[in-house]
Amino acid sequence: MGSLSSLKGKLVLLKGTLEKLVEIIFAIIVGFVIAGLMMYMGGFDPIKAYAAMFETSLSLTDPYYIAMTLSFATPVMLTALTFAIGVRAGLFNIGAEGQMYMGALGAVIVASWTLPGPLYLPLAFIVGSLLAAAWGLIAGLLKVLRGVNEVVSTIMLNWIAFWIVEYARVYVYPNPIDASKTISMPPPGRLPLLIRGTELSVSFIIAIITVFIVYYLLWHMVLGYEIRATGLNPTAARYGGINPKKTMLWAFIIGGIAAGLAGVSEITGRPPSYAITTGLSNLFGYGFDGIAVSLIGANHPLGIIPAAIFIGALSAGSRGMQTTAGVPLEMVKAVQGIIVWALAMPGLIRLIRRRMIRRRGVEL
Amino acid sequence: MTEELVMILDILRGTSYAMTPLILAAVGEIVAERAGIVNIGLEGIMLLSGFMAVVFAEMAMNPWIGVLAGIGMGALIGLIHGYITAYLKGDHIISGLGINLFALGTVAFGIEAVWGVRGYYTPPLEAKVPIIPGIEISPLFIVMILITIGTYYLLYKTSIGLKIRAVGENPEAADVVGVNVELTQLLSAVYGAALAGLAGAFLSIDWLAAITKELPAGRGFIALALVNFANWNPILALGGGALFGFFWTLAEWIKNMAAIKAIIPVTLMNTIPYIATIAVVAGLIGRSRPPAHVGRPYKRE
Repeated sequence: MGSLSSLKGKLVLLKGTLEKLVEIIFAIIVGFVIAGLMMYMGGFDPIKAYAAMFETSLSLTDPYYIAMTLSFATPVMLTALTFAIGVRAGLFNIGAEGQMYMGALGAVIVASWTLPGPLYLPLAFIVGSLLAAAWGLIAGLLKVLRGVNEVVSTIMLNWIAFWIVEYARVYVYPNPIDASKTISMPPPGRLPLLIRGTELSVSFIIAIITVFIVYYLLWHMVLGYEIRATGLNPTAARYGGINPKKTMLWAFIIGGIAAGLAGVSEITGRPPSYAITTGLSNLFGYGFDGIAVSLIGANHPLGIIPAAIFIGALSAGSRGMQTTAGVPLEMVKAVQGIIVWALAMPGLIRLIRRRMIRRRGVEL
Repeated sequence: MTEELVMILDILRGTSYAMTPLILAAVGEIVAERAGIVNIGLEGIMLLSGFMAVVFAEMAMNPWIGVLAGIGMGALIGLIHGYITAYLKGDHIISGLGINLFALGTVAFGIEAVWGVRGYYTPPLEAKVPIIPGIEISPLFIVMILITIGTYYLLYKTSIGLKIRAVGENPEAADVVGVNVELTQLLSAVYGAALAGLAGAFLSIDWLAAITKELPAGRGFIALALVNFANWNPILALGGGALFGFFWTLAEWIKNMAAIKAIIPVTLMNTIPYIATIAVVAGLIGRSRPPAHVGRPYKRE
């Protein structure tokens, strides 16, 4: 009996996962079709653009392209965790962008110190993630103590972080040789590259390990259980002896650390600059891309890995798309937006299915 | 005129500009949220509408065509958002995030596709909304005041307003007495998004007279904070928006003073409007109450 009911439970779970997968694939198709129409209206050739995008991101002919895809997947995998942990705790933490800036700033601060070589990397990761966690915690405290909606506070904090880091770039840590960026991480503080001549470094492995740590934390540790319980029903969680406010604060802190790691890994593990560039241009957008990654990955750590590689492929392929088909590379961000928008319509698939069944019924 | 008077008039005039997009978007969102529909995509709507306003104003060499295009673009997004949330029972927040991400990519793509430049385009003078001569303010400022008062009247003095508020407070009860809950929500969402669209057009072809992918610069989210601050009341949004706009203008004015510039760089002063927004919202805990059924899909039993 016991094994039978557990088998039944597994089947229900499998069915739920499959339905979710169909929903996500449907959203991705919608994204590509609508973006294709937009390209067509803009006077571009969508087929040529998508072919170029695929060839320069996922094609196995040249490992360079795969490496670039994975290098772009790295930061968004981490910022996606920020959003996913928030959702699990019942929060919409869209502050990964600003927290990531703060993480990068932390790494640049460490780069400015004179240190024995082996100390750069650990200190960059510690200072960067602490700074980012503190930045996330501000939104958490505003939420818990003053009832400030985290959607508003995190966006405001993103802008504040943007201007603080931009200030630091120009006035505190300018590069004496190149005015377009901050001082660079000295060579002993750089993560080794996985494939020479690409931008893929050990930071990718760090991101994957972080995903598994978060997975373990959410599903195999007490804090993770409390986070998920709070997200499902804060009132019931309180009856169960959980302090939802404390749990929410932890969700902001852990989310901040994940976003901070994204910022640090861009400074320690991304050639050629190993620094923050003008207008934060080498960081800008990874936090928001993370939201798309998390939603495409069903806000589940293990779903986030393939989703990040997918978004990484879009980013890597956007360059090829621009050179071959002349399509501005921002097009891929529109694709992402449409996918997320389509994911907000779970009812649509049910609607289509019902209509298809009805039509089939009439034909019979 | 004395120097002080010129200065005060300057700040007041600046405030009239800074408050207009915030209040337009907030007043629209108040109507949508009163009907139970949350739209955190105001930022994206402002951006898309700002872009469309420039495209059409330039094409027609007439700013008013641009304003209409901005409103139309907003209404279209509102229609999709309303359909997703009211009829398909989709997640309000995710749909709003989708709007923002879609806008960011589409406008960056559009600027390059339409004008062949990267990131920044200034429309010609003929496409810009003219200022009212004599008082030197935008006609859209007057329009904003009228819309705010009209919306207040609509919400509190008409049967349509009663229906809207009933749907946001208690959709079951509204449904029982024969109100079409979904349609009311859809139209409220369209109205809210259309006003955000007008705010976007105001930014791109009136006040700032430029289109970039950072056009709204967080104003869509400040408008969301303003909705909360105003306790979902258009008239209070007018006052609150004036306050937010005043702080924004004051910060702009202070940061460009030579004496201040020498001590605090402009980049750091740019944080002030965002810090002020957080401070204001954090200061009013417990004093505002959202509509009871806001942000949750209504499913008939």
